[in-house]
Amino acid sequence: MPDNPKAQNGASTAQNSTAYINARLVDPASGRDEPGGLVTEDGHIADLGAHLRRNAPDGMKIVDCGGQVLCPGLIDMQVFTGEPGHEHRETLATASRAAAAGGVTTIICMPNTEPVIDDVALVDFMQRRARDTAVVHVYPMAAATKGLKGEEMTELGLLKAAGAVAFTNSKRSISNSQVMRRVLSYAKDFGALIVHHTEDPHLAGSGVMNESEVASRLGLPGVPTEAETIVIERDVRLVELTGGRYHAAQISCADSLNVIRAAKARGLPVTCGVSINHLSLNENDIGPYRTFFKLNPPLRSEEDRMAIVQGLIEGIIDVVVSSHDPQDADVKRRPFAEAADGAVGLETLLSALLRLYHDGQSELAPLLRAVTTNPAELLGIPGGKLQSGEPADFILLDLGMPWVVDPDFLHSKSKNTPFEEAKLQGRVLRTVVAGQTVYTYANTVGHRE
Amino acid sequence: MTHNFLWQARLRGPHVMVRKPAWRLNAHRSFPMTDGINPHLSKGLLPRRTRPIEWPLMSIAVSKSDFSFSRRHLLGIEGLSLEDINGLLDLAEDAAELNRQIAKKQDVLRGRTQINLFFEASTRTQSSFELAGKRLGADVMNMPVSSSSIQKGETLIDTAMTLNAMRPDLLVVRHYAAGAVELLAQKVDCSVINAGDGSHEHPTQALLDALTIKRNKGRVTGLIVAICGDILHSRVARSNILLLNALGARVRIIAPSTLMPAHADRLGAEVFTHMADGLRDADIVMMLRLQRERMSGSFVPSVREYFHFFGLDHEKLKLAKPDALIMHPGPMNRGVEIDSSVADDNRSVIQEQVELGVAVRMAVLQALAQRLPNS
Repeated sequence: MPDNPKAQNGASTAQNSTAYINARLVDPASGRDEPGGLVTEDGHIADLGAHLRRNAPDGMKIVDCGGQVLCPGLIDMQVFTGEPGHEHRETLATASRAAAAGGVTTIICMPNTEPVIDDVALVDFMQRRARDTAVVHVYPMAAATKGLKGEEMTELGLLKAAGAVAFTNSKRSISNSQVMRRVLSYAKDFGALIVHHTEDPHLAGSGVMNESEVASRLGLPGVPTEAETIVIERDVRLVELTGGRYHAAQISCADSLNVIRAAKARGLPVTCGVSINHLSLNENDIGPYRTFFKLNPPLRSEEDRMAIVQGLIEGIIDVVVSSHDPQDADVKRRPFAEAADGAVGLETLLSALLRLYHDGQSELAPLLRAVTTNPAELLGIPGGKLQSGEPADFILLDLGMPWVVDPDFLHSKSKNTPFEEAKLQGRVLRTVVAGQTVYTYANTVGHRE
Repeated sequence: MTHNFLWQARLRGPHVMVRKPAWRLNAHRSFPMTDGINPHLSKGLLPRRTRPIEWPLMSIAVSKSDFSFSRRHLLGIEGLSLEDINGLLDLAEDAAELNRQIAKKQDVLRGRTQINLFFEASTRTQSSFELAGKRLGADVMNMPVSSSSIQKGETLIDTAMTLNAMRPDLLVVRHYAAGAVELLAQKVDCSVINAGDGSHEHPTQALLDALTIKRNKGRVTGLIVAICGDILHSRVARSNILLLNALGARVRIIAPSTLMPAHADRLGAEVFTHMADGLRDADIVMMLRLQRERMSGSFVPSVREYFHFFGLDHEKLKLAKPDALIMHPGPMNRGVEIDSSVADDNRSVIQEQVELGVAVRMAVLQALAQRLPNS
């Protein structure tokens, strides 16, 4: 057990030490699930374990967790903000407050801003802007090709050295296989992760939802699942050719899952993610042309959704993301085919994920692993586990608390949530980032009732 | 004025000419290191260029009369025997000394016609071959491809047949397509020298590199040679891997994966994707030119990034042996693959490579000419 004797004797604890006692410690990294407590010091976890359940060392601030779950803060690998360029949709500040309210202590920002994050100076800008305005950790993901045009690769080596945690072409696939090959090949030399949005732009064409009976009845052009599977199959072959590390950003169907499963069985450095939307919703939710359910990739059939849930439980799917994508009313209140894609999700990610726990489909740890330990390991960033020396990024969680999603109370600047009026169970009570409490449910609850 | 000067010089005669002895030209390189100890002397090896100069030299192959080149063409390093290689290098070494004399003109190729046929722009290789042929007494003609019938749609083989009808003895060919020189060689009666075919081979460059190494280090065997840069498109790298392996060197190739040929590890070199690993303890650092069109995103992201990770600067050079030689086949992109001050460092033998290029090409021309009919 990672005990720290210095913290235990209590003599040297400073005033910036806090003890969180009487908690249920849940750490998906180590498999720990036991009553205990945790001590933070200077922004890091100094000590944790059963010995801190009732008693804290003398002289430090004490927080009684009331027996609630204390687990690592979430790491959300796919967050679109509007900064720089579209601050009316979301800024790093508002996104980070939404994240804190949802128990997310680290967000990875996607590079499809204006300008595109494809230059060292812009990575630096994002880091400084986040430091000055955000209440959670922010890491930029940089563009894999210049201007996200899919033609020329960016300075992967210099960008990684500047702090970009991974590289992506954002919402567009790199359709030129030669470019994709070179990007994977070049990235391999630097150990960089390529995160790819997988949709063949030509096959997807003008499609706006899953190609299915529902689409036919609605009279909407469809996107076949093959548009996604073809790209993933190609990419897996390119990974085999180059040895580059590859992550399919969000898969949406059973066929894609099978391709990933087969690639992993062959030992290739391939991983994949899924958005909380595709885990929770299906194409029928679109109902009467509700544009808040217009996503890319589109929501698929119920069979696909169930396969994805199974893939997550089996561990074929490594990461769950919110795919938080704020869009204002102007671009959402349009005819379905003309409306923008995307949904906000930072604040509903954890509660929606816990549906699988409350339904009895999964244990708690595998679900948490997909939003904490796994993304941390993939991106090579700290956090995602409860361990001495790790950053004190964690949350207190009331697993059972029921609540109804009311868009008016979301912290995000944009309110395009597909979980409007959804009845969820499980609520973040407190979010701690680097030892500092950045969100407490008690402070906001007054506004609700 | 020039005429006057030459005339006066001739009056005074060669013995009065103020000219540094040949071995002095690069003398500073014999004592390059910080501690002032000549590495050759400390190993008891004298560089060959310090031998007394035989003067005058009437033929460059007096002492090597037993050497006979085994092939009609020089199309590549591949397939050459060790005797051929060493024979050419010995000939070239004598030619190098001859080239430092005042009277450089020989007559071993008198009456022979040499045609330089360059389908790809070249300054140093073409002029080097031209000079080599002229110094051996051949009639040298440069075929200006840009204004010739090739531009009018003639096929390579028709061009070869046309030239062949003019009865040249030696044909020096550079072509942008790999294998084109060999194809041409099948259609002509003369000897053909490959002056570079696509990304395939550039045998005279490899020979001059080997000679430069040999003259500066006293040997090639056992040395670690790190070739860095655009290996994928480099004929220089391919020829050097073959030649240096044949001479017993340990060859390393260093490039980003995008500029590394497939199955590079099967080519006879150790493969590295980081300079820090590949340069460690290298005796020779050979930088390759990165062509402009390959810099902006298609193979490497930018000049800035390439120079940061793969450009030879003093920091990276520290990883190599302290007396490592710096080589470059030219033309250099200063600030792209090589730092300007490194290119001008006293360990740089880049100018000597150019000088020995003429010597190597003289050796090749002479070796092939000796096998020509009616020789």
